[in-house]
Amino acid sequence: MKINIKRENIVCYETNLENRTLLEVLNEIKTTQDASLAYSSGCRSGVCGSCGVRVNGKEVLACSYHVQEGDFAEPLNNASVIRDLVVDMDRAYSFNAKAKAWQSSIVDDVLLSHEDEKLGEVQSSCILCGSCYSACPVYAINGDFLGPFSLTRVWRYVSDKREQNKKEKIDNIQTNGIWDCTLCNACTLVCPQGISSKADIEKLRARSALFGYMDPNFASFGFGGGFDGSPVF
Amino acid sequence: MNRVIVIGAGGAGLVAALSAHENGAKVTVITKEYPTRSQTSMAQGGINAVLSDEGSDSVETHIQNTLKSANGLSDEKAVTFMCKEAPNAIKWLDSIGVPFSRNSESKIAQRKLGGAYAPRACYAQDYTGLKILHTLYDRCLEAGIEILNERYLLEFITNKDNNSKNFVCGVSVLNKRSGEVEVYEANSVIAATGGYSRVYHDYSTNSLSTTGDGVASANRAGAKLSDMEFIQFHPTALKNSSILISESARGAGGYLLNSKGERFVNELLPRDEVARAIYDEMAKGHDIFLDIRHLGAEFIENELPQEAKLAKLYENIDPSVELIPIKPAAHYTMGGIEVDEYSSTSISGLFAVGECANHRVHGANRLGGNSLLELVVFGKQAGKSAAIYADSFDKRADLSGQKKSFEDKITKIKEFSSEINFYEKQRELGELFYKNLGIKREKTAMRTLLNEVKEMKAALPKMGVSDKTKEYNTNLIEFLEFKNILELSELILISAISRQESRGAHFRVDFPLLDNKKFQAHTIIDRDGAVSYED
Ligand SMILES: Cc1cc2nc3c(=O)[nH]c(=O)nc-3n(C[C@H](O)[C@H](O)[C@H](O)COP(=O)(O)OP(=O)(O)OC[C@H]3O[C@@H](n4cnc5c(N)ncnc54)[C@H](O)[C@@H]3O)c2cc1C
Ligand code: SF4
Ligand code: SF4
Ligand code: FES
Repeated sequence: MKINIKRENIVCYETNLENRTLLEVLNEIKTTQDASLAYSSGCRSGVCGSCGVRVNGKEVLACSYHVQEGDFAEPLNNASVIRDLVVDMDRAYSFNAKAKAWQSSIVDDVLLSHEDEKLGEVQSSCILCGSCYSACPVYAINGDFLGPFSLTRVWRYVSDKREQNKKEKIDNIQTNGIWDCTLCNACTLVCPQGISSKADIEKLRARSALFGYMDPNFASFGFGGGFDGSPVF
Repeated sequence: MNRVIVIGAGGAGLVAALSAHENGAKVTVITKEYPTRSQTSMAQGGINAVLSDEGSDSVETHIQNTLKSANGLSDEKAVTFMCKEAPNAIKWLDSIGVPFSRNSESKIAQRKLGGAYAPRACYAQDYTGLKILHTLYDRCLEAGIEILNERYLLEFITNKDNNSKNFVCGVSVLNKRSGEVEVYEANSVIAATGGYSRVYHDYSTNSLSTTGDGVASANRAGAKLSDMEFIQFHPTALKNSSILISESARGAGGYLLNSKGERFVNELLPRDEVARAIYDEMAKGHDIFLDIRHLGAEFIENELPQEAKLAKLYENIDPSVELIPIKPAAHYTMGGIEVDEYSSTSISGLFAVGECANHRVHGANRLGGNSLLELVVFGKQAGKSAAIYADSFDKRADLSGQKKSFEDKITKIKEFSSEINFYEKQRELGELFYKNLGIKREKTAMRTLLNEVKEMKAALPKMGVSDKTKEYNTNLIEFLEFKNILELSELILISAISRQESRGAHFRVDFPLLDNKKFQAHTIIDRDGAVSYED
């Protein structure tokens, strides 16, 4: 079976493995043919988030994708390539800190019901694989956009009863945050964990409205200016 | 300066970092991957704690179950401390936002794992480790703890104090991205680098990076290791990939079958016993299968979704209508860096915690759900101990020549001839270990294996790396990992040969009985491979 991998040039490798995951094929290439091939992996079972790559233009986890004849594998988009299929995740990860995606204080003895738990179940299953940042067209042009996984993470904490300062969390994601998203849904389509950051962003918008925020795009359309009367360009 | 460096960012490393920070230290965490990619993310089953004394369970029972499983090899004081602290550990995890599953009474839900007399494991759906690890990571961001990603620990740097006792004063690491050696000074260092089950290579359930680096480095620095021969085999890993199929499948009523379709063991016995029964069947030439078909497609869909997904992906079978081919695989290493009740090693200022350390709570056989617990309880303690030590640190060390000397070592490795493909040797080693130092062991086979390991070690200069690139050279990193694995292999073998009895995970065909007179003691091994026994 042949597979093409984007390195400095596109390189075609051939192995006799059939019906295997991309990670197994990469391991075979690395250990028997070309030790210089670089990629990341860890758990082999879809939970550590190390092995996000793009195959035929779509984000997948190498350990969860079965290779097809002639597949084309390349590194994730919207991140600098360190080498071959390895990208630098530091920048994307830094948005979790910028978005203050954590519980603002330590709280004891909050009673959570089974239903409360379910509210954030999907969101807290994020594995930080970065697929959503790779697929996001807004992040592609605005490097300061907080981006899908960090906003999903903010929603995880905002939707949790243990969060004592929801307002602060909401205040913090107004700029380069929820209003910049175009709700295109690209992030949702590639998420291996079935998370819809788009839907979480919509929930965060609704929550923002409760705290008195309005969609700045809508505001500028409607009134031809900002709230303070100054013109918006 | 009061600086504490934590090597490793799994559950153990992050808890220790938070605790050291809380105790006033300036903390830097260094990891060879990214924190959220650590093996801790893989834990599914749960974390043990008795949350109320009202039901059938009690802290005393938790202690007794743990001691029993340890087969007389654990330290009762340490076990008691851990089990008593367990409810606080869960309370703390809950207070920082870990999304534990809840029951209908709004309490943290608990389930029963092997060897426990009651439902005692707290869990977060199928993702206990993942959700704990990510919440800890978020906490570290909140605390502003410095985290250096993608840096590979080379050595713990030590010096001698006025009483000529070894003390740690820093670490050397290889920055994977730049390919540069970096040296970091520290008042104290915490090793939290995880276990060494990848010695078994393809026969291990572990993450690809669980290569015992910290244990090997600590040994080279002169720290004592203990109980290295105790390696737990999980009965049900997928046959081709060794990916774990959780104990919950058997807990829910799954059967084990041989090629003839016969059941051959009580599936709910402790891990070591089930693994041995499977081993015996395999020795008779049988293939072994896990059968969960009778549980029904709906149950599997709801209760074992991750298992079903992995069986499909890696064995190409649908477990609701087909048998799952399995084999036992190396899962957890009970041994590691020997520590005392403050998590300090035999080197001053070097602390160890998590799977790389031996806090003497698991003894000869770990109880499911006790490992995550150990991380939290002893992680806090290690962080605190390291912060206190760092605060009173008054020694001097000159690290100026260090960088060059480590650079020279890397340069030398790059000059190795690479006539022999070390990946092939690594695969071979894993297979030999599985056969000869696996579920059952015997003197002659272990002796032969020890010779083979020594030969491999001697042949390292003929292996080396074919990729000479400086930046992001994973070929080089994997070679360094293999080197660590080889060093540990020797120590495991020496320890296992010396323990002439059968206890828990260590089963000697030539000494099938427990020998409490001679061996109810911990195996201690030093840098030179000398073995001694300590109570
Ligand atoms: C599939 C599976 C399921 C499990 N399920 C459970 C369960 O349900 N309950 C339970 O209690 N236990 C379970 N365990 C065991 C438990 O997950 C581990 O024992 C535990 O997570 C180990 O945590 P740790 O922090 O010590 O190490 P790890 O999580 O392995 O982290 C090690 C860290 O050290 C870093 N590191 C290693 N070497 C270097 C180096 N050279 N330089 C720099 N950094 C380095 C790594 O990058 C990583 O960050 C399971 C294990 C597996 C494999
Ligand atoms: S939200 Fe989904 S795609 Fe994005 S990092 Fe998390 S798991 Fe990956
Ligand atoms: S929905 Fe929003 S966050 Fe998701 S990809 Fe589109 S623009 Fe990006
Ligand atoms: S290797 Fe962990 S998600 Fe693929």
